[in-house]
Amino acid sequence: MTTGRRDFLKTAGVTLLTLVFPGIFSPVGAKENTFRVGAPQFLKSSYPQPLTAKRWAMAVDAAKCPADCRDCMVACHALHNVPDFGNPKDEIKWIWRENFADVFPNEQHGYSAHILTDLQPPVMCNHCENPPCVRVCPTGATFQRADGIVMMDYHRCIGCRFCMAACPYGARSMNYRDARSHISELNKNFPTRAKGVVEKCNFCEERLSKGLLPACVEACTQKALVFGDVEDPLSEIRLILEKRFSLRRRSHLGAGPQIYYLL
Amino acid sequence: MLEKALSGSRGYWIWITLLFTLFIIGFFFYMRQLDYGLGITGMSRDISWGLYIAQFTFLVGIAASAVMLVLPYYLHDYKAFGRITVLGEFLAVSAVIMCILFVFVDLGRPSRVMNVLLHPNPKSVLFWDMVVLTGYLLINIVTGWVILSCTRNEIPPPRWIKPLIYLSIPWAISIHTVTAFIYSGLPGRGFWLTAIMAPRFLASAFASGPALLIIVCLILRRWGRFDAGEKAIQALAKIVAYALAVSIFFVLVELFTVFYSGLPEHKEPFVYLFAGLNGHTNLVPWMWTSAILAFTALVILIIPAARMKSDWLAAACIAVFVSFWTEKGLGLVVPGFIPSPLGNISEYVPTGAEIAITMGVWALGFLILTAFYKIFAAVRLSLDTAGNTADLEC
Repeated sequence: MTTGRRDFLKTAGVTLLTLVFPGIFSPVGAKENTFRVGAPQFLKSSYPQPLTAKRWAMAVDAAKCPADCRDCMVACHALHNVPDFGNPKDEIKWIWRENFADVFPNEQHGYSAHILTDLQPPVMCNHCENPPCVRVCPTGATFQRADGIVMMDYHRCIGCRFCMAACPYGARSMNYRDARSHISELNKNFPTRAKGVVEKCNFCEERLSKGLLPACVEACTQKALVFGDVEDPLSEIRLILEKRFSLRRRSHLGAGPQIYYLL
Repeated sequence: MLEKALSGSRGYWIWITLLFTLFIIGFFFYMRQLDYGLGITGMSRDISWGLYIAQFTFLVGIAASAVMLVLPYYLHDYKAFGRITVLGEFLAVSAVIMCILFVFVDLGRPSRVMNVLLHPNPKSVLFWDMVVLTGYLLINIVTGWVILSCTRNEIPPPRWIKPLIYLSIPWAISIHTVTAFIYSGLPGRGFWLTAIMAPRFLASAFASGPALLIIVCLILRRWGRFDAGEKAIQALAKIVAYALAVSIFFVLVELFTVFYSGLPEHKEPFVYLFAGLNGHTNLVPWMWTSAILAFTALVILIIPAARMKSDWLAAACIAVFVSFWTEKGLGLVVPGFIPSPLGNISEYVPTGAEIAITMGVWALGFLILTAFYKIFAAVRLSLDTAGNTADLEC
């Protein structure tokens, strides 16, 4: 394609104008204070309300998980365009199941009841209260929202993988190669990731903002996953945690993980 | 002064050609890595740092070790080092350049490297490591170059260089301390989570860096028409001996805590290193070789009669260098990831492309080092043949 003199002058003129009057051409909503958590008042009835919380958390009742069930994993990975390379070296995963002994190495012993050791709890990013990954990120590409969700900015990440070394839960995956050709069915409503960046579970923040529960929670037919605001004393998750015994992974490390495993 | 690097013997040019070829091969494979992604290396989801970051860690030590020449000369007026402090400073410059390159080739998205400056996170140790490394590079380029230029022109160095040299001493300690903090501040990695990490890094650096300098001085004496002086070389040898002893002591202290306490999270990586874990034994022969080399070198270096013979000294220094390269360049980074947070043991083997890129960075570093040392030797030669053997005081 060649650019004619006329096109060039037009582009140059418009560019110059934006430099002189930046306000005119900036896209709608680019100014910070026009973005609100909710929709403007007159649109409220036609748009779904986002789900908000002081601190999002999840309770997992692994005893409800059938032996070979992968519903949560399939739903999450399909929704978030998580590729399948078919080898453990390049593997990318957001939520998956592990043996109880590997999830809680300090909570089991040689004589533990089979009812415990046979469990295969799903594991994912713990959206820690005090996340080591956020602390070490040199660019702030991984950051914590006010509601506790630990997020990734795929456009800022330089791929140094310090966060992967820092994460005590092995929750993070690196795009060691181009993933786009290894996505079985592309979901056009969620971005794919470029090679060289780190990714992980985002507690479905894109769904929360549309008033929907995380995909794994919705996909679970056994109701093994309970998602909610752990700071709200009347929330379902809070009532369950007050009633039942629960464990958190490697809680002695002080990261404050927000996935609670019910036993 | 730079033109002095452009004339040399046949051997010099063969060496330059060899290094340049290695650099080009490395560059070619780096282009392939850019195209395919870091998946071209042996790194994986579980072992997410490998050869590159290990070389970086080792070379920060080499860079920091310049202080072992600067400190005795400038703080204790130890005259024998007067002729070779510049060698230490240039070694530091090329080592820091290699460090920066190793971090760069390890990035998944190198085009965004400037995000570290555009969006700095002051809570990140990596950000501070970049700050101290860049500062150290600048300090050493300036001091090394200014002092060499003044030596060449037979004028005393400017007064403002002194504070900069004094600053370089704590700064050298800082680069290796901050690099150790990259590892020792992570709650979930028992292998690295130890306060002895920074002291251990410094001790091993002050052994391996001066060992490399001794090797270089012996090479320059034989082929480079520059004699650092027996007194300086022997003083360096003593520094290596002490630092090696301290370094071995620190490792043993760590091993005591790990094995006497028996804490699984701290113990398992060490078992993996020295005995293998669940049948995974990739690093075991390397680590024992490293240990044997370190003890052998210690014996040679603490016996004065052996240390005085340059062949034995050279052998001991090569042993020290190889031992610590193995310990830090292979044995420090990988076991931090073994076992994984989910109890998985996957082994790491660097790929051919990864090794080629690593050699390419080393080759570029040694090209720069060779050029610096060539200039240095030429300047000294013209001074010495002019009958001026007196060293100008700074």
